[in-house]
Amino acid sequence: MNHSSLPYRIFPLGDAAITIDFGNCIDEAVNREVIARFHQLQQEPLPGMIEALPAYSSLTIYYDIVSVHKKIPAQLTLYEWMKEQLEEKMKQTPPQSKTTSRVIKIPVCYDRAFAMDMPYLASVKNISPDEIIQIHTSKTYKVFMLGFLPGFAYMGEVDERIAINRKPQPVNIQAGSVGIAGRQTGIYPLSSPGGWQIIGRTPLKLFEASFNPSEGGTSADHERLTLLKAGDKIQFYSITKEEFENY
Amino acid sequence: MKIIKAGIQDTVQDMGRFGYQHLGINPGGAMDRFSAAVANVLVGNEINKPVIELHFPASVFWFKKPVLIAVAGADLSATVNGEPIPVDHPVWVGKNSLLQFHRVIKGARAYMAVREGINISPWLGSYATHLKAKVGGYRGRALQKEDDIELVNNDQPHSLLEKKEFFVLPWKADNTWGDKKKSEILLLPGNEWNRLTEEGKESFLMTSFVITNQSDRMGYRLNNLPLPVMSGEEIVSSGVSFGTVQLLPDGKLIILMADHQTTGGYPRVAHVISAHHSKLAQMRAGDKIHFHLTDQPTAEQLFIKQQKHLLQLQNACTFKLEEFLSNK
Repeated sequence: MNHSSLPYRIFPLGDAAITIDFGNCIDEAVNREVIARFHQLQQEPLPGMIEALPAYSSLTIYYDIVSVHKKIPAQLTLYEWMKEQLEEKMKQTPPQSKTTSRVIKIPVCYDRAFAMDMPYLASVKNISPDEIIQIHTSKTYKVFMLGFLPGFAYMGEVDERIAINRKPQPVNIQAGSVGIAGRQTGIYPLSSPGGWQIIGRTPLKLFEASFNPSEGGTSADHERLTLLKAGDKIQFYSITKEEFENY
Repeated sequence: MKIIKAGIQDTVQDMGRFGYQHLGINPGGAMDRFSAAVANVLVGNEINKPVIELHFPASVFWFKKPVLIAVAGADLSATVNGEPIPVDHPVWVGKNSLLQFHRVIKGARAYMAVREGINISPWLGSYATHLKAKVGGYRGRALQKEDDIELVNNDQPHSLLEKKEFFVLPWKADNTWGDKKKSEILLLPGNEWNRLTEEGKESFLMTSFVITNQSDRMGYRLNNLPLPVMSGEEIVSSGVSFGTVQLLPDGKLIILMADHQTTGGYPRVAHVISAHHSKLAQMRAGDKIHFHLTDQPTAEQLFIKQQKHLLQLQNACTFKLEEFLSNK
């Protein structure tokens, strides 16, 4: 049974990683394929694979040069061999996702105190902060990928009416801050310099380092390291400053 | 082992934390993994034991009890109780010894290993300090004055220490691997290599770049003039790696190092080959880099050769150390 795959291109990412790219785009169907292929490789890793990293429209596989070297025929480069292995995997049907993806509700306080860029966004887009809040909370977003910081989810896509470019220079941003960059929205799990336009803050913890599978925890604890995973669906809802403080 | 004076940024590191990049948790680990491994090998440890990564000015360490240590990588002019000790040698230090580092003679980062390692818990299977998440390593942070780091084997006496405060074991690890052309860094072309115009490619390969002082464990920024590029579609965020050379919107180059983010959205013009990560990690602000392109088989073979060298070093050191210990 052949899986009707999307077209792809494979290229090396240096000498110890290989990337399969489904089209350099932000697209739900493409991203679904990336996540399905990621789960496939989690279950049946390529020989010598260290880990796989799903992004918007690509999947990168990191491998151990020495252990792949021990497995392969001399006339092939490691990259060529890994590419063949990956192409074989692509001929197989990826495992069906177990359930429909989770929907996670995230409280956000859009109060001025937590929304340093709300006035800027309102003036550039010529709408009121209340409308921005209404628009931001009216849609279900998809987590396309995690990256940048532990637990940082790239979600999309926001309505064109509140889409805005990131800042030219990064500024210090508090943990929990909810921001917009282009048509993406995201939450900073840790305080960090960043360039997204900040419109609110969530009291939820996006990253919990204390779940430590290597220290007596179970492998299910892996899943609790970050609140969000690639493939999740997210709904924001507005809370007051008082609710935020008592959360 | 107690910190008497803190260095600018000394952290516990190992070979890195793998398997969590899909959660945004980057591998981190030692900047110069080869030298970190050499330090471990010299004291008879497994390669992946935690080591201390030292930058200059480095911490001052006080050893309460006798231990076998080794410093590998950069030569930071180390002394024990004021007497110079060489890099890349195992050194047995006696009780109440003071280990200090005085100036940079060569390189950027030194690695100190203690026989049997330090007694800390791994986070997600690794001892590497994740400074941003404030977790892993020693309390998730750089070492500070008064930190008292427990050793796995806190008392490693040797009869020779009755006559001396310390002694240097007479074998040295050959850590000069790839040192021949010091500033030459080999690259593989990246997926967006062709974003550079012919003129851009030429200046990329013909110019020598200087590492700026805006360089740290996350990446090295270079001082290049903006490189001419062809316009192209924006790149959506995708996986990057240690050694990825990105072209920033202002036309400047950045080489991603140990603490790089998992993903990036800038053109990946090239990748430093794995065998040259160690050399690159020993360069510091002000040093010059010359880039040369190579091919996949050369890059792979150079790394395999480097790992074989490490394995031979490990066998030789284990043998010599066992021989030495059985004669005591």
